Amino acid sequence: MLNLIWLFLILTGIGVAAWNGRIDLVTETFFSGANEGVAVCLDLIGLMALWLGMLEIAKQAGLIRILARIIRPLTGILFPGVPPNHPALGAIIMNVSANILGLGNAATPFGLKAMEELQKLNSEPDTATDAMCTFLAANTSCITLVPATIVGVRVAAGSVNPTEIVGPTLFATGFSMLVVLLTDYCWRNFFRVWYRRVKR
Amino acid sequence: MIEQILNEVSRWAIPFLFVVFLVMGWCRRVPVYEAFIQGAAEGFQIAVRIIPYLVAMFVAIKVFRVSGAMEILARICAPVLGIIGAPAEVLPLAVMRPLSGSSALGLATELIKTHGPDTFIGRLASVMQGTTDTTFFVLTVYFGSVGIKRYRHAVGLGLLADITGLLASLFICHLLF
Repeated sequence: MLNLIWLFLILTGIGVAAWNGRIDLVTETFFSGANEGVAVCLDLIGLMALWLGMLEIAKQAGLIRILARIIRPLTGILFPGVPPNHPALGAIIMNVSANILGLGNAATPFGLKAMEELQKLNSEPDTATDAMCTFLAANTSCITLVPATIVGVRVAAGSVNPTEIVGPTLFATGFSMLVVLLTDYCWRNFFRVWYRRVKR
Repeated sequence: MIEQILNEVSRWAIPFLFVVFLVMGWCRRVPVYEAFIQGAAEGFQIAVRIIPYLVAMFVAIKVFRVSGAMEILARICAPVLGIIGAPAEVLPLAVMRPLSGSSALGLATELIKTHGPDTFIGRLASVMQGTTDTTFFVLTVYFGSVGIKRYRHAVGLGLLADITGLLASLFICHLLF
């Protein structure tokens, strides 16, 4: 799947550039794209260290355990495969909280940490578990309470009411999160069972 | 009013988190400095592990965009998105949003500036930018960081999130603005 998408992106990119007579752009773009990839990662090193350091303090202080206990009814439904006190849940909670507050650069460190912890529960290391799929679904569709970046852009563009989009954003993210998590839940619990039975 | 509250929330969120973590740690007699170092030490390895995935994605997405293939794709998708009530101007944003966060933000900023933040297009672009996430980036980087090769239904769920996010943004913007 990913192999095909990647191949498609690169080959059509090269093809269109050649068609437009701007093949020189391709070489340039390859090199600058590769550098940008590493630059993003270098930026991430400091943030990862900072947030994972804070997370460790919160973990040792028992804060994560308290949070995990509060939302256990929910995590029990969404992540049945993860034991109630597993450190993965702490990282997932922090990732989702950061997403809700629009703290994009804090969300990625917690998200990567969550994946690492979820991988420890995985019996087939090269295949995604149900919990991973649910987590990624929650992460990409996550409710946004404070779309800080875009409000900043609107302020800069001289909007009369820069925050009028907060309500609509909350609605749209809330709706898509609900749809995605419900789909995931139904897929895990009903459809897949039915699908297997049909295949047999 | 709402603007002020949100501004304050985003200004205070991180300092507040740090104070809560540190004071809680101190009260529970956690060796805060040592704990921080212990946690931070992992940060480097995780960040370095995702370099190959980031390079692969950035190269592919950038060549796709710079060559003009992105525009062609947006033009092909235009009739479909036109049916559901999306103005042609926001199409590149809808296509770019799942692929690259910084490019999408650039496109949204451009739309808001050229059409004005208080027009329908300006508002729709703002909501779209806040609604969907860089699904593709998240999938490859998150799975890449732990060496997952088979993504299973995560791809479908990610795409579903983008499509419902787009539809919900369109719906609410048509309703309100």
